[in-house]
Amino acid sequence: MTHESAELRLLAAEFTARLGPAAVITDRQRLRTYECDGLAQHRVVPGLVVLPESAEQTAAVVRACAAAGVPFVARGSGTGLSGGALPHADGVLIVTSRMRRILEIDPANERAIVEPGVINLDVTKAASPQGWYFAPDPSSQQICSVGGNVAENSGGAHCLKYGFTTHHVLGVEVVTPNGELVWLGGTTRDVPGYDLLGAFVGSEGTLGIATKIVVRLLRESESVRCLLAAFPRVDEAGVAVSKIIADGVTPAAIEMMDALAIEAAEAAVACGYPEGAGAVLIVELDGPVAEVEHTFAAVHRHCTDAGAFEIRVARDAAERALFWKGRKSTFAAVGRISPDYIVQDGVIPRTVLPEVLRCIADLSAGTGVRVANVFHAGDGNLHPLVLFDETKPGEAQAAEEISGAILDLCIAYGGSITGEHGVGMDKAQYLPRMFTDDDLDTMQRLRCAFDPVGVCNPGKVFPTPRLCGEVPGKHKGAHPLQVAGLAEQF
Amino acid sequence: MSDRRPGAFDDHHPPQLELVKDCVHCGFCLPSCPTYVLWGEEMDSPRGRIHLMKTGLEGEPLSASMVGHFDACLGCMACVTACPSGVRYGTLIADTRAQVERRYERCRRERLLREVIFWLFPYPRRLRALRGPLALYQRSGLDRWLRRTGLLNRLPPMLRVMESLVPTLTRRQPLPERIPASGRCRAVVGMLTGCVQDALFPEVNAATARVLSAEGCDVVIPRGQGCCGALSQHTGREDEAISFARALIKRFEAAGVDHVVVNAAGCGSAMKEYAHLLRDDPDYAARAQIFVERTRDVSELLVELGPVAPRHPLDLAIAYHDACHLGHAQGVRSQPRELLRAIPGLTLVEIAEADLCCGSAGIYNLLHPEPATELGDRKTRNVLATGASVLVTANPGCLMQIAASARRLDGHLTLAHTVTVLDASIRNVPLRGTPAVTDGEGAPAAGPGHWSVYSSPYQWARRMVHHGA
Repeated sequence: MTHESAELRLLAAEFTARLGPAAVITDRQRLRTYECDGLAQHRVVPGLVVLPESAEQTAAVVRACAAAGVPFVARGSGTGLSGGALPHADGVLIVTSRMRRILEIDPANERAIVEPGVINLDVTKAASPQGWYFAPDPSSQQICSVGGNVAENSGGAHCLKYGFTTHHVLGVEVVTPNGELVWLGGTTRDVPGYDLLGAFVGSEGTLGIATKIVVRLLRESESVRCLLAAFPRVDEAGVAVSKIIADGVTPAAIEMMDALAIEAAEAAVACGYPEGAGAVLIVELDGPVAEVEHTFAAVHRHCTDAGAFEIRVARDAAERALFWKGRKSTFAAVGRISPDYIVQDGVIPRTVLPEVLRCIADLSAGTGVRVANVFHAGDGNLHPLVLFDETKPGEAQAAEEISGAILDLCIAYGGSITGEHGVGMDKAQYLPRMFTDDDLDTMQRLRCAFDPVGVCNPGKVFPTPRLCGEVPGKHKGAHPLQVAGLAEQF
Repeated sequence: MSDRRPGAFDDHHPPQLELVKDCVHCGFCLPSCPTYVLWGEEMDSPRGRIHLMKTGLEGEPLSASMVGHFDACLGCMACVTACPSGVRYGTLIADTRAQVERRYERCRRERLLREVIFWLFPYPRRLRALRGPLALYQRSGLDRWLRRTGLLNRLPPMLRVMESLVPTLTRRQPLPERIPASGRCRAVVGMLTGCVQDALFPEVNAATARVLSAEGCDVVIPRGQGCCGALSQHTGREDEAISFARALIKRFEAAGVDHVVVNAAGCGSAMKEYAHLLRDDPDYAARAQIFVERTRDVSELLVELGPVAPRHPLDLAIAYHDACHLGHAQGVRSQPRELLRAIPGLTLVEIAEADLCCGSAGIYNLLHPEPATELGDRKTRNVLATGASVLVTANPGCLMQIAASARRLDGHLTLAHTVTVLDASIRNVPLRGTPAVTDGEGAPAAGPGHWSVYSSPYQWARRMVHHGA
């Protein structure tokens, strides 16, 4: 074990007795493979890894952690991009990848019940023979887990029309931070009382661990049409996006990629995007045939009017998949054109898109740090990819600075520091730039209502230890703020 | 950590840090990895194994647990297909395995197991010598008796697995050294006969030679060709692999051929790695490069040349399984399908979870029988679910693995190589594959579907007579 501690040793023995030796990892080299999630810049070797196979096992693990005052972190497939599943050095990492049963597919009631480790795309694969699908589609949908989607309130290209994960979860069975199994929400569209489910979805693993998830299924659209429009510059593409939305068309998705992002995708998956494009838009429309035909013509016209020099229309599902393949592999594909990079995630009002992009270009030109841009243009969710080479002195620092400056831009233009990747570890320091101390205290109170002892994914989301104690490690006695009479614990 | 060198690897071709750094930790490879699918553990995923290589380069020792996770990799290369960042996992794991074999002391049992396997399999003559006893074993009914009495289950696991894999042996007619093209000669090709292919599936080699000849190739079958070294290469036995590679290159250079044609996916993928394998050899580096450029899977070459021999109808529903070393390692996916689809009357169906390995993976099923069996059964269930009664694939390992699973699951399936199907179509004879399930008296069981009249020799013969063939 990396950090030998009596408590962890006892826990390891207890988990081994209860879950079997194959479910507990204590070997240092094995533990190190869990030291980071999809955001490899942050690394912490977990004290212990445990792989439960059921809700009951998860609850038992959490109860033991809570009783020992040992912090724990939940992890799904480890694809998060904000370090939300970054382990705790003296804590337990609870990995849900063996809880991957699809318990029920119920098209008549438009829902499915899955375990948290089930891969996002597998829900759709299971429902598609009957003509249904699970709408949230993060780029990592081929591997990211539904539990992770719930924790991060994941979005995806199609959330422009269909909303985020929170709009597709009816209920969750949760292991609370003290180890109780409770249901939030239910199997119906609405349940009376406070919207605790709403609070839980997107809580980034700080309020408990989802062990069963009731997700909504949507009927596959009668018709799907997709076009790829190439523009000389990002500005023209931005104008096209504004025109489409202003016209009252709600596409299923509008995605934009700039020249550098196209170069990366091309290198990775040979998606064959038009040559010489300064930006491409992928616009997908779905719905009843008549509606799609009508709006598709409008989209085509707006793209042409805005200055598209080439428009390709996908002839079939295979061609549509190729359009998307380029887009969905961009993050990882950037590895082909740069040894290291930061995937940024910010939101701006759609109307200021060209302006903000110009500012990003200026930042890039001023420092020589290359920035590739991919974004969900329809809802103003930017994903600038800041490229650098760790081995060259100063580059990582410069990239980090640009990355932060981009978030400041987002805030200055009335946007947000994250659209879908979450705050996690990576952006905790930026949270005070968006919220006042009062705001943060209010959020903290909610957190304490679920996790009074602060063992559930501590150190994430909030920048500094506050109120009920974000002190890493053990918690003994009252919080200093409590002692000083400045705060009370719920 | 760098002060703790040498860590897991020495300086002779450790996994290259630059290649390790290509991995951006996105995790897109995870669902493609058979061991991740089975166990759901990070260190048994490609991303986890690359992470282990990285920590090994940073100073972590080559421990039993680290070696265990490298050993557990099937080398199926599905992750290479899945990776958007272009990580060269194949090169990384090959270099890692060579280090493990050279520097890690395995326990006696493991060593012995490997010695037996590598004494036998890369030697066509030794394998062929087994044919007689094996045929006797099958024909005397001893196999069925052992199974009935349960004595078979008392054998050591590796022997039990080997017993379960051996296909029903067919007559082996030695091929001549040169088979002229029928009609105009369009290419002179050298054919690799292989080890397992030659000993256990001689009919596949015969079919390959006939098809190549029918398609206008002068087929040269160099005498005394040895093993291509695939098993050694894929297991990290670098020196052995190098000497096999040198000998094969020399043999085929002497044959003076335009192309070297292979009908076993594992062999083809290994031969295409010769340039990397022999990169340090001043005598062979350049020759290996030329050899690689000449090497083709038989389906690749046939599509390159284009068909000339007329195809006759085969009224079959076929499920095509991409052998990992053909699909993932060589990127040959469309060619076999194109060849099969061009046969009139033939319906090609796709298998669910097509990218997932069947668990054969060279000698993986002998070294790791449990996960291999699990994967084999999973693959076979997916194959049976297609409703097709013939499974076609281009690797002897996959054929044996899926046949063994089909027998275990009592599934009715006939197995055949791509060229066996082509050969039947070109010669206008019914397909004679290997039936996976044999009924009590050893007669192949008729599978479901209207073509199944072919699968029993009796019915097949009757039909032949009926058609006056």
